[in-house]
Amino acid sequence: MSDLKISMQGVTKIFGPEPDEVLSQLKQGRSKDELQAETGHVIGLNNVDLEVSPGQLHVVMGLSGSGKSTLIRHVNRLIDPTAGEIHVNGRNVLEMDMDALRDFRRTEIAMVFQKFGLLPHRTVLDNVAYGLEVRGVEKKERLQTAEKWIATVGLEGYEQSRPHQLSGGQQQRVGLARALAMDVDILLMDEAFSALDPLIRSGMQDELLVLQKELNKTILFITHDFDEALKIGDQVTVLQDGAVIQSGRPEDVVLNPANEHIEEFVADVNRARAIHINTIMETGDFGPCEYSVDQSACCEDVLPLFAEHDWVGVTDDSKSVIGKITAKRVIKALARHSAI
Amino acid sequence: MFPEVFETRPIRIWLDNGLEWIVINWGDSFEAAATPLLWLLNGIEGGLLTIPWWIIIGFFTVLAYLSTRKATLPIIVLVSMLFLGVMELWEDSIKTMALMIAATVTAIVFSLPTGIAMARSATLRKIMTPVLDLMQTMPSFVYLIPTVMIFGPGKIPALLATIVYAAPPLVRLTDLGIRLVDPQVMEASRAFGASPRQRLFGVQIPLALPTILAGINQTTMMALAMVVIASMIGAGGLGYQVLQGIGRLEVSRGVLAGLGIVVLAIVFDRITQSFGKQLEARIGVGRGRL
Repeated sequence: MSDLKISMQGVTKIFGPEPDEVLSQLKQGRSKDELQAETGHVIGLNNVDLEVSPGQLHVVMGLSGSGKSTLIRHVNRLIDPTAGEIHVNGRNVLEMDMDALRDFRRTEIAMVFQKFGLLPHRTVLDNVAYGLEVRGVEKKERLQTAEKWIATVGLEGYEQSRPHQLSGGQQQRVGLARALAMDVDILLMDEAFSALDPLIRSGMQDELLVLQKELNKTILFITHDFDEALKIGDQVTVLQDGAVIQSGRPEDVVLNPANEHIEEFVADVNRARAIHINTIMETGDFGPCEYSVDQSACCEDVLPLFAEHDWVGVTDDSKSVIGKITAKRVIKALARHSAI
Repeated sequence: MFPEVFETRPIRIWLDNGLEWIVINWGDSFEAAATPLLWLLNGIEGGLLTIPWWIIIGFFTVLAYLSTRKATLPIIVLVSMLFLGVMELWEDSIKTMALMIAATVTAIVFSLPTGIAMARSATLRKIMTPVLDLMQTMPSFVYLIPTVMIFGPGKIPALLATIVYAAPPLVRLTDLGIRLVDPQVMEASRAFGASPRQRLFGVQIPLALPTILAGINQTTMMALAMVVIASMIGAGGLGYQVLQGIGRLEVSRGVLAGLGIVVLAIVFDRITQSFGKQLEARIGVGRGRL
């Protein structure tokens, strides 16, 4: 457990005046809807388990009201749970007193917000330096660090601008730079790109992936957009009505949706992009191949090749062939659920 | 007629005697406690009266320019203040201005912490709201009489009455301004580990400042509105001129002194408002004025 960056066990959050009373009823097996109608309490999270390993980009996905924003706020205890355990960096977050919690937020974890949460009265530079300022870093040093990260997110020349003078995408770059400037291992991103235009969102996703390759942070990313989850996630956890209904690699979720709810989600997903060929290839030695692709390629990448070839080889990281992929397999994977 | 439920005379007698008892036993202590206010008022008044008129007019004209960066307001301010001098109202204007400034400064000292505390505690807000209502709606003569009895006629009761009347909007607007601060910004600040103190001084007060400034603007206006009443119990200045004008049926004296009050109101209102707008533009929040 200690090698996990973030772990949650049985976290339940009930909003209302008497959460403990409702909690015991919930534990007796009464349904969420029933309790909500009867007691007026809202059950935000219901017995959630979550494990995030170091360097993982873990996406929590769900529709609005599924509890995903509540969940991410438990990690740095912006919200206190009604029950359950939360460990971050191997430390029990719930046992911290206010001072320890403040210290933890200042030095171990950073957060990016959907609506940016920038300080409107400060310049971009001072916004990016805000986390360091709160931590007590000396002015010269924090401004230097801030400048470096402003450059990294591509906002050079905007140091003295105020947030309201920037576009949404630029504002979120400021938010991202502010979080990265903290130089902490764990990054919480609460629908960080949801408020942006589709094109800009896609660009930010690409940049996040590039940055992540370099920085290798542990990122908990919240989204309601399945395509986003598939594009950036190493691991996806799907939340419905405050409970985890499926957790796994993105393509596992696409290929084997756990229930109808996820199936509905998956229906609109671009499966050709979501499914990587290493999950559907035949392993083994099939003799010399005319053409080969890397195993991390997705179906979309290999489809054009079938115009020329009956099958193509699949190589691992060291470029040696480990199996093959045929047009038939790809079509089968793509058609799987639509055919039913 | 409403039937008599019980005899109310004893209550009234009890109240009157109670006040008398306070005046006899505590009058001196109250007066001593309020002397710093008198020092403040006299200090401001004396200071302003020793400064040459042209420096004061120059100061406000420059301030008007700094608040708008345009020529219109400085010209209005310059002409208005010259009007005060030309009409031989300068000294009275300065006295009135001193009363207003002293009342505003005192109101700020008390209102800001109260407003901030109200924004943080729902209980305190529940207690303070009716108190503020009382301060604003209770006819000022009602509390003028006991204050005069305690402090004797003079500047102290005049100043106290002005503060009581002028402070509530600042308390309310401070409370409102702090509560209106974007909860998302507050949450972000919490997520980065800001302490309550860092949040108050780094986020809440700077973001509430335009609203607080609107409150200060209201306070100056209400303080000016009180000057005539204040002059009845010993404050000099323009209000006293108005009072004399009424007493002697000298319409011209009343009108001119009244215009003087309007001039002061315009000068202070426009300058504080423009600074508020400047601040809002810098922060990028266009909050509706209240």
